[in-house]
Amino acid sequence: MKELQTTKITIMKYLILIFLLTAGLQTQAQKMWTQTGDITFYSKAPLEDIEAENHSVSSVINMENGDIVFSLLISAFEFEKALMQEHFNEKYLHSDKFPKSTFKGKIQNVGSISMNKPGTYELDVSGELTIHGQTNPVSTTMSFTIEDENKMEATSEFIVTLADYQVEIPKMVKENISETILIKVNMDYVPFKK
Amino acid sequence: MSRLRNKLYLLISLLFLTFSLQSFGQEDEEEEDLLSMLESEQEPITNFTIATFKSTRLVSGHSVETVAEGEFMFIIGHRFGELNSGWRDLFGLDNATIRLGGDFGITDAIDVGIGRSSFQKTYDGFVKAKVLRQKSGAESFPITLTAMSNIYLRGDEWENPDRENYQTSRMVFSTSAMFARKVNDGLSIQLTPMMVHRNIVPTPEDENMVFLGSLGTSIKMSGSSRINAEYFYLPDGQIVSQLGGQDLRNAFSLGFDIETGGHVFQLHMTNSKGMTEKFLATETVGEWGAGDIYFGFNVNRNFNIKKKKK
Repeated sequence: MKELQTTKITIMKYLILIFLLTAGLQTQAQKMWTQTGDITFYSKAPLEDIEAENHSVSSVINMENGDIVFSLLISAFEFEKALMQEHFNEKYLHSDKFPKSTFKGKIQNVGSISMNKPGTYELDVSGELTIHGQTNPVSTTMSFTIEDENKMEATSEFIVTLADYQVEIPKMVKENISETILIKVNMDYVPFKK
Repeated sequence: MSRLRNKLYLLISLLFLTFSLQSFGQEDEEEEDLLSMLESEQEPITNFTIATFKSTRLVSGHSVETVAEGEFMFIIGHRFGELNSGWRDLFGLDNATIRLGGDFGITDAIDVGIGRSSFQKTYDGFVKAKVLRQKSGAESFPITLTAMSNIYLRGDEWENPDRENYQTSRMVFSTSAMFARKVNDGLSIQLTPMMVHRNIVPTPEDENMVFLGSLGTSIKMSGSSRINAEYFYLPDGQIVSQLGGQDLRNAFSLGFDIETGGHVFQLHMTNSKGMTEKFLATETVGEWGAGDIYFGFNVNRNFNIKKKKK
């Protein structure tokens, strides 16, 4: 009888140990991140279509509470024409004064994402986008695709209005640059290990 | 024995509990600033200074800027005659000289160019390379240095066709080292030591190799316009003979840049008739005070010859 009890206690202890161990490990995998995300923007104006790509966007998602942040360097946007890139940095976005653009937001219902089984989830994301030193609220939907537990792709599209971020376009190039810019986001997240 | 084991288990359990609690605690702090956590992971950035000058030319002389890789910049340079040439020539409008030229970017740091001036029917060619770039941030450097080598070939008739003339006598060479600094968003300055070698000179007292310097500045008026000035200083004693009966003077030019997308319009007032270093440095005879001022403009248009790789 006494022996049985001891065995029970021992099993309990093992269970607690395993539970604690697993809990400890789980907290390690609750953040997903990337430093090589893609953000592309498109300006469609009567005289000219302009697009620029940034392949070094950083982002972290806290899979527990849905916190999501993005950070990118304005000067890392690549244009087809070098002059456009220079004007974008020097005249419009003033990247010497405002080198970064950031987004801080929350994914709604992030708990519905199950990292264990492959699948796609369409979730609402809202937060605050800072460009050119100006911050505005942004709401969009983001599509999360789980390939396996170590790989999650996220894509989204939304539109920003240049005037909201105090980006001024001179009259002379009004026909070349659109007042609203389509932004496409394409990120490949992996577990954050540190 | 069993007690010892029990204690051991308790100890290990406590240890793990503490660890997991610790990691939970850390998480709480991190949640508050996921962004600063992310940014602490990023590499420190180096900002290369861009747009020290609007164009590859300050006014008439070169600036440290080069044309980007795969781009071709077509330059139409135009100088009317002297403002003081009177109403019969409509204050210089009748006697225009022109230079047509093109610069092509081999890499983002190296470009080459050719041009032809109607003045003295001169062909010119150059190679220009950005050796050092001004930058700030993780790595910093205070100036941009661009080196340039030019060659000029006169195409007009020989002054003395009766004597034996050599083709090499038509040639002039110049070499410059351009040091520039974008002091702040609104002000850039450039200092350029230069040497010009002329294969033929009028008298034995004139030096073939001439050393001089130029000083330039650019002041930003708005995002799309700038005021530029440049001054070429030729130390005395190197060129003693007159040119067309006039003493040599230092070239001083004022320019105004207006930029529209792919074009830069540059409006100029200068006492130099020519539009390249050879003329500016060693063949300027106009005098500002006497009204020998040439009004002129450059139209620069960029073309993308080679698309950037995606």
